[in-house]
Amino acid sequence: MATNRRKSRSKTAAPGEDARLPASGHELLGYYREMLTIRRFEEKAGQLYGMGLIGGFCHLYIGQEAVCTGIKYGLRGDDSIITGYRCHGFMLARGAAPGAVMAELTGRASGVSRGKGGSMHMFDQEHAFYGGHGIVGAQVPLGVGLALSHKYLANGKVSAACFGEGAANQGQVYEAFNMASLWHLPVIFVIENNQYAMGTSIARAKSGTEMFERGTSFGIPGRQVDGMDVLAVKQAIEEAALNSREGNGPALLEMMTYRYRGHSMSDPAKYRSKEEVSKVRHEHDAIDMVRTRLLDESHATEEALKEIDREVKAVVAEAADYAQSEPEPDAVELWTDVMHAV
Amino acid sequence: MPALTVREALRDAMAEEMRADPLVFLMGEEVAEYQGAYKISQGLLEEFGPARVIDTPITEAGFAGIGVGAAFGGLRPIIEFMTFNFAMQAIDQLVNSAGKTLYMTGGIQSCPIVFRGPNGPAARVAAQHSQCYASWYGQVPGLKVVAPYSAADAKGLLKSAIRDPNPVVFLENELLYGQSFEVPEGEDYLVPIGEAAVLRPGADVTIVAFSRMVGHALAAAETLAGEGIEAEVIDLRSIRPLDSETILASVRRTHRLITVEEGWAFAGIGAEIGAIVMEHAFDELDAPVARIAGADVPMPYAANLEKLALPQPEQIVQAARNACYVE
Repeated sequence: MATNRRKSRSKTAAPGEDARLPASGHELLGYYREMLTIRRFEEKAGQLYGMGLIGGFCHLYIGQEAVCTGIKYGLRGDDSIITGYRCHGFMLARGAAPGAVMAELTGRASGVSRGKGGSMHMFDQEHAFYGGHGIVGAQVPLGVGLALSHKYLANGKVSAACFGEGAANQGQVYEAFNMASLWHLPVIFVIENNQYAMGTSIARAKSGTEMFERGTSFGIPGRQVDGMDVLAVKQAIEEAALNSREGNGPALLEMMTYRYRGHSMSDPAKYRSKEEVSKVRHEHDAIDMVRTRLLDESHATEEALKEIDREVKAVVAEAADYAQSEPEPDAVELWTDVMHAV
Repeated sequence: MPALTVREALRDAMAEEMRADPLVFLMGEEVAEYQGAYKISQGLLEEFGPARVIDTPITEAGFAGIGVGAAFGGLRPIIEFMTFNFAMQAIDQLVNSAGKTLYMTGGIQSCPIVFRGPNGPAARVAAQHSQCYASWYGQVPGLKVVAPYSAADAKGLLKSAIRDPNPVVFLENELLYGQSFEVPEGEDYLVPIGEAAVLRPGADVTIVAFSRMVGHALAAAETLAGEGIEAEVIDLRSIRPLDSETILASVRRTHRLITVEEGWAFAGIGAEIGAIVMEHAFDELDAPVARIAGADVPMPYAANLEKLALPQPEQIVQAARNACYVE
């Protein structure tokens, strides 16, 4: 989102400015397809929620797709990522099967967590994604712990610890900052600033400096990034990861983004105007920005993009069908996975 | 068998497991250069270096969470709390992040970690430093909870806890650290988690205790023997899994049960054991189950009041007499 770009320390140019970050047509088409998949997936999840097929809390990622996609492409595939409960996009970005993610949302045995975790608790070890955590802010020390394991094992990996600007007010976030910096751990703290902590706008929750400056007293360099621009996110992550991999410790990146839907499915979002949402959607949408560039630079035709849209829709429809047709967990599953047998 | 203090036994357990497995490391406040606030980690920094014996700032929620994250990342952390009273700052990470993740992920993500440190009342440290958390952590499916009494069990159980693929809450007792017990030699000496020990056989009444209260139970049994009452003393050793079978088998012989704990009675370990016995051995009881527990007040400072707040051997003796209907 662009509201604070005036104060930005990001090297990224604002959209519309001439300095577009370099990207090949092939690359842009990949981002387009992946971000669109996340958006269509989340829209479908919203529909299934409305139909009563998904229960409980369901936090959609619509609007924020450039953040998880940029993080994915800014990191190596074996670098670890951890986030809070708004995790579906990360699962898809990192490579989980859409059907298995949707089946988790519908609480089915073939869900990624075998139906036991639901929307907020999804892990994908194969793709180094460590959840999916429901307690706001608690994932930040966990992400530093992953970084500690990377340093301990000297495996050259970096940890991305993602959290919202709301979580950034939790005390343990700063405990984590302190130790990460003290021990030069390879961790990138990523604040997904979508402007609203549930219904509380950032203006009503934040004192003092900008979010990206909150690591300053711990010696953690901070930077604000246009989180609607997948290339800007990717570039910022790449630079921070390189720096961390070289043993220079953590970085803090504030991704300025926006969620179009409510905090969760039960939120009518009366704390902001329809015009505000509409303005971001129409003027600074992550997917539209890539789409426009693909067309501008003649990397794709309208027809080719429509074909991608159709393919993405088919993938999501298939995931939704799968998630509705798969069986619920067997009753015996109630008692499994509480502990490993010794 | 050589005699070791509980303090030495705990140190030896960590040192042996750290020698055996390079993924095991110790982290907490004052564990390295200071050698442990209670000198449990004496010599470990010298032997294993600062990468594996890590001093943290005073930041319980932070380092507990970092420990859990490190366990997710494939390490085997031992997290020392200076006392479990301070772990309340971090309890979310123990319960929600360590205890529930295996289940929430359908078995994908393990969390092999040990949280250890002194628990329960020490001496004259008043309300905020004297709480027993056995029933708090014992309530959580997904956590193992251990509370040894002797040095042998402290060593054998800590080694088992470090090797366990699940999160283990290891509750020690400051007042036991300096007590000596015989400890079997050998690096393969393990005590399995989840098995109680019958420390003294007896036919008339069963006394179940854990941690420091085992000493009180043994003292009470000695007094009772002089009065012709033979008490069977069971050291729980593990809170979860709870060895219900050993308790029930004993109650089926003695038909009388006294539970002893330093924590509060309300929803405590004694309450749980009483319920289990009622459910599975109701007809075996010849007297009501008696709970000896800490007084239902925050721990007072004054010496006389503190003594009144804590279970004393005489209370156990009197409860046993009552259960046996002896005047």
